[in-house]
Amino acid sequence: MKLTIPGEELMGHGNLSCQGCGGSLAMRYALKALGRDTIAVIPACCWSIIDGPFPYSCLKIPVFHTAFETAASAASGVSAAMKIKGKKTTVLAWAGDGGTFDIGIQALSGAAERGDNIIYICYDNEAYMNTGIQRSSATPYGAWTTTTPAKKFKSAPKKNMVEIMVAHKIPYTATACIAYPEDFIKKIKKAKGFQGTKYIQVLAPCPTGWRYDPAKTIELSKMAVESGIYPLYEVENGIYKISRKAKNKTVKEYIKMQGRFSHLTGEVIDEMQKNVDKEWELLIRKEEFYGHTKE
Amino acid sequence: MKKVVTGNYAASYGAKVSRAEVVAAYPITPQTQIVEKIASFVANNEMDAEYIKVESEHSAMAACVGASAAGCRAYTATSAQGLALMHEMLHWAANARLPVVMANVNRAMGPPWTVWTDQNDSLSQRDTGWLQFYCENSQEVFDTTIQAYKICEKIGLPGMLVLDAFILSHTSEPVEIYDQDRIDKFLPKYNPRYKLEPSETHAFGGLTTPEWYYELRYKIQSAMDEGLKEIESVGKDFGKMFGRKYGLIEKYRCDDIDTLLVMSGSTASTGKEVIDRLRDNGERIGLARMRVFRPFPKQEMRKLAEDVNKIIVIDRNISFGNEGIFFSELKSALYNENTDIPVYGFIAGLGGRDITMKDIEGMIKKADGKPKDIIWWGLK
Amino acid sequence: MFKTNKDMPPCAMSLADMSHNKTGSWRTFKPVLDENKCIKCFICWKFCPENSIDIENDMPKINYDYCKGCGICSNECPKKCIEMVEE
Ligand SMILES: Cc1ncc(C[n+]2csc(CCOP(=O)(O)OP(=O)(O)O)c2C)c(N)n1
Ligand SMILES: [Mg+2]
Repeated sequence: MKLTIPGEELMGHGNLSCQGCGGSLAMRYALKALGRDTIAVIPACCWSIIDGPFPYSCLKIPVFHTAFETAASAASGVSAAMKIKGKKTTVLAWAGDGGTFDIGIQALSGAAERGDNIIYICYDNEAYMNTGIQRSSATPYGAWTTTTPAKKFKSAPKKNMVEIMVAHKIPYTATACIAYPEDFIKKIKKAKGFQGTKYIQVLAPCPTGWRYDPAKTIELSKMAVESGIYPLYEVENGIYKISRKAKNKTVKEYIKMQGRFSHLTGEVIDEMQKNVDKEWELLIRKEEFYGHTKE
Repeated sequence: MKKVVTGNYAASYGAKVSRAEVVAAYPITPQTQIVEKIASFVANNEMDAEYIKVESEHSAMAACVGASAAGCRAYTATSAQGLALMHEMLHWAANARLPVVMANVNRAMGPPWTVWTDQNDSLSQRDTGWLQFYCENSQEVFDTTIQAYKICEKIGLPGMLVLDAFILSHTSEPVEIYDQDRIDKFLPKYNPRYKLEPSETHAFGGLTTPEWYYELRYKIQSAMDEGLKEIESVGKDFGKMFGRKYGLIEKYRCDDIDTLLVMSGSTASTGKEVIDRLRDNGERIGLARMRVFRPFPKQEMRKLAEDVNKIIVIDRNISFGNEGIFFSELKSALYNENTDIPVYGFIAGLGGRDITMKDIEGMIKKADGKPKDIIWWGLK
Repeated sequence: MFKTNKDMPPCAMSLADMSHNKTGSWRTFKPVLDENKCIKCFICWKFCPENSIDIENDMPKINYDYCKGCGICSNECPKKCIEMVEE
């Protein structure tokens, strides 16, 4: 039997992630795609812990742990160093959604506008998990977190960070999901081929924060994609391409698996479904429109 | 070769001849010319560096930290609000033991908006683990940049050289720019033992429990202690090589005195004029110019205090709720040695108000009787 | 690893991997593979967040030293041949 993803493991044993951690899987895949000649910059996030305490690290690549809002800016510095030294080493900025959508957005926007040569991967678990499940601007509408209690659940929609990155006109932006490692790995390898800032946002569910059985991490991740809530697509030099066209699951099926949505009523869920359908339609139109402009 | 340049350009030339490899900086008055000049050096291929035009000072320091961790000589420059914005990353640079060097143009903090000089911006960063050098003139800005890299790379801590807004930053003076080969001999290429390197796979700055965090902090203090010696020996070597010797404290006419005046930065030049005049009148007074604030030269200060019976400190800064900062630090250095002489502390020149010879003479005259904790000179 | 500060590097820098940390002790349920039913698709290997399913002699082999017992492998197995057994 041929393996569908690379066999080399650059994430060693004994890491400190919770059982069934999507972020841990995401890192395992990312390093398979990038290989050993990679330097990772990791800001405050679950991965500051998962990697292991001093003097240990579970990753078989060099890592620079940096301040919460500096994934992109510290990576820019490392990237400049590689350039002046004439090295081809890939510089990976690896940040959570909070470090990307919220506190780190300025540094990321700066790096993207300048075109600094980095691969920025945001593992999106849709809240500040390291600090105990507080809402971020990546938290979806309707979700419970410790700062958006069920009685006053999150009332703002998830920020569309992917489109913000596309608007920077960087060469490559993509979404991915840990349930589709072949697709994720393919996208990272593709990103590696571009000069400039590349942005990949990978959905990485958190059983602890989303309140579901850790065994369901992959099943739930698939559902996020199949319901169209987390569509997989890439934008290569402005051209949209949807990676998975099928949309055959409902919002209801997706959210009923998670405790963080257990307080929602039918009405709210219907509203959410309408929004997902609209966004999906919009994405299809974008693919069509930009596809035509290509020709 | 002598060039007539501003303090700001002296800083830019300093970065250039030190062969900074990565520069990440953000403009702010009165620092702008430093980075403009570096941008033109890089654009004209006069300087082989990557200049990252970051979108903030916080990112500037983060990028310097990243570049330095990857084994490059990194440089930035800022002032006041910019330095304050960097604060978190100043700790990061020092705690990660990265010898980033920067110039900070001393500018008073807002509000209200101001661009003129005082030292509260840099002194607010006292406890971040950075070496701090207070320069008196453009030549010293240039010379100290070179020395700072040598010292900082040896002990593994970052260093900040400080120059007064406008008085130094925008005033042109002749500066001797030494031959590049001699500078290269004095300051060889930066090549740290530990860096971000795929063949070594170290993770830097990971979670550290109380079991070893404490020891890591002890190591920073030890490096600062080593810094005291290193500053002197590098300053001496610099003198041998280039003809200008530097140390922790510049002692100006401190032989056979009973009164010691303590100042820092460019106003020390005015202080020297005053000392000359008073010495001509037969007064036994000398000036200690504090070139280095961190590490604080305690022993040197104690030695100076031994031979006098009065010390006068002029601070262009204030620690609100307490007193002048150099004044505080100096007194605390003397306490454990039972040096029981009166120390007079003056606050002067905040927000760029002139400190004239007349002011300095006035303060010296006023320093009599029982010393007060704080005297606001020239308060309207 | 260190006795005194003198043995330490200047900054918090890793010097070893995390293999000393046997996360297998976190487990309450243990995945048990029925090798007879296994079709060697290695989906279990692919989706293990701990990288604690190895491939030995063309067969998945669960590394109980590190398996945290999340149950993803059991949930994803298309042949349902990994059973979660209480420890
Ligand atoms: C300046 C600053 N503010 C706050 C924090 C505290 N903090 C650490 S991690 C974190 C949340 C991280 O969330 P995210 O980026 O989504 O990563 P996750 O923990 O979910 O993996 C916060 C708020 C910090 N380290 N630094
Ligand atoms: Mg998160």
